[in-house]
Amino acid sequence: MQPTELIKGLQKKNQDAFRRIYDMYADNIFGVIYTILRDETLAEEVLQDVFIKIWNNAHTYSEKKGRFFTWILNIARNAAIDKTRSKSFRNSSQNLNADFFVDILEDKTNFSSKIDSIGIKKYIKVLEPMCKKIIDLLFFKGFTQKEAAENLEIPLGTIKTRNRICIQKLKEVLEIK
Amino acid sequence: MDIKAYIASGILELYVSGSLSEKENAEVYEVLKKHPEAMAEVERIEKSLQQLSGALAPNRSDTIFSQIQSNIQEDQKQVIPVTRKRSSLPTYIAWAASIALLLGLFTQLNKNKTLKQQLVKNQIEQQLLEGKLKVAEEDLTTTKNILSVLRNKDILQVPLPGQKIDPTAYAAVYWDKDSEKVYIDVAGLPTPPPGKVYQVWSLKLNPLTPTSLGILDQFDDNKNKIFLLKNQNESEAFGITLEPEGGSTFPTLEMLYTLGTIES
Repeated sequence: MQPTELIKGLQKKNQDAFRRIYDMYADNIFGVIYTILRDETLAEEVLQDVFIKIWNNAHTYSEKKGRFFTWILNIARNAAIDKTRSKSFRNSSQNLNADFFVDILEDKTNFSSKIDSIGIKKYIKVLEPMCKKIIDLLFFKGFTQKEAAENLEIPLGTIKTRNRICIQKLKEVLEIK
Repeated sequence: MDIKAYIASGILELYVSGSLSEKENAEVYEVLKKHPEAMAEVERIEKSLQQLSGALAPNRSDTIFSQIQSNIQEDQKQVIPVTRKRSSLPTYIAWAASIALLLGLFTQLNKNKTLKQQLVKNQIEQQLLEGKLKVAEEDLTTTKNILSVLRNKDILQVPLPGQKIDPTAYAAVYWDKDSEKVYIDVAGLPTPPPGKVYQVWSLKLNPLTPTSLGILDQFDDNKNKIFLLKNQNESEAFGITLEPEGGSTFPTLEMLYTLGTIES
């Protein structure tokens, strides 16, 4: 469920609402930022910037424009991509050979308690390579369908349904448990 | 609308990922309002993606939020008066007043600048005029002096007509014997060529003995062309010759421009 009341509170500059929104989304956002930057220190910096932006710009969010999660996801991706253009990012060039989010998951041993780590690990085992790429581009990198189709060299019309199939699998793995 | 087909199209996944255009987002929003099953699907997609991205997050330090908080509190302190919701009318009035004031200030500043420039211009003009006036006054004084000399009955007037070298030349000497001054009026002499200068001589005729009274240097600068020299001699005649710059000990007679004897 979308935390409508909390969002209203945030828009009225209520600090409690902000704290609860942070608790709800910090891991998701941190994960997205880290997937793009692959550097914990830089990712933490960006995470802070993103939540300061959320606080400052909350009044511009409207349900009509999309999901609140999507709204902060966009802020996070943009901030992280901005950071990749910074000098500190170019200097840190570690782990850049890792292309997809799956590499992070495979290496990872400790997960936040809120995460179904078994489900997630199961998910990447069954995930097709094409799914990994599609989710990486559409969800983690914020590509449009057209950009993703060009990047993966598959027909534009198939992106939408393929993406659905990939995310369906994730849903199934997480819900079966 | 076939809502099952709509869900199966994969548009809701793109909606959550933020891969749709603003227009498409608005369309999806309308569908979600009418179809609870589509909304439920969006919630499921969102939850799955949140699980996935959350699983990727490194361990998060507890200090991050307090840092964010101190940042926004600092910001908030600065922005409280602005962000507080109020009727916007006073704000508009305040803005309008500020803008009007600014415009007024700007206009005044501009006026002030123009006036200052005008003042400077006027000051320069005044100085110029003062200078001209001073020159005119000096000229007047000189002319008055000359006039008083010419009118003085004790002064001896000696015309010096032109000589062979330039018959059109003319000069006059006004000799004030008591004060031993001679005024040489050379308005009728041509301007000396460069490197040359007129020299005035007092002459005794028997035997012919010339004594230099001085050279008429800065000939051009003397507008009245009347020079004042000293004469302590018992002169019997005056002559003017053209000499090399600095003057000569003896007059160059070939260059004698004017000559006049004193009638006694």
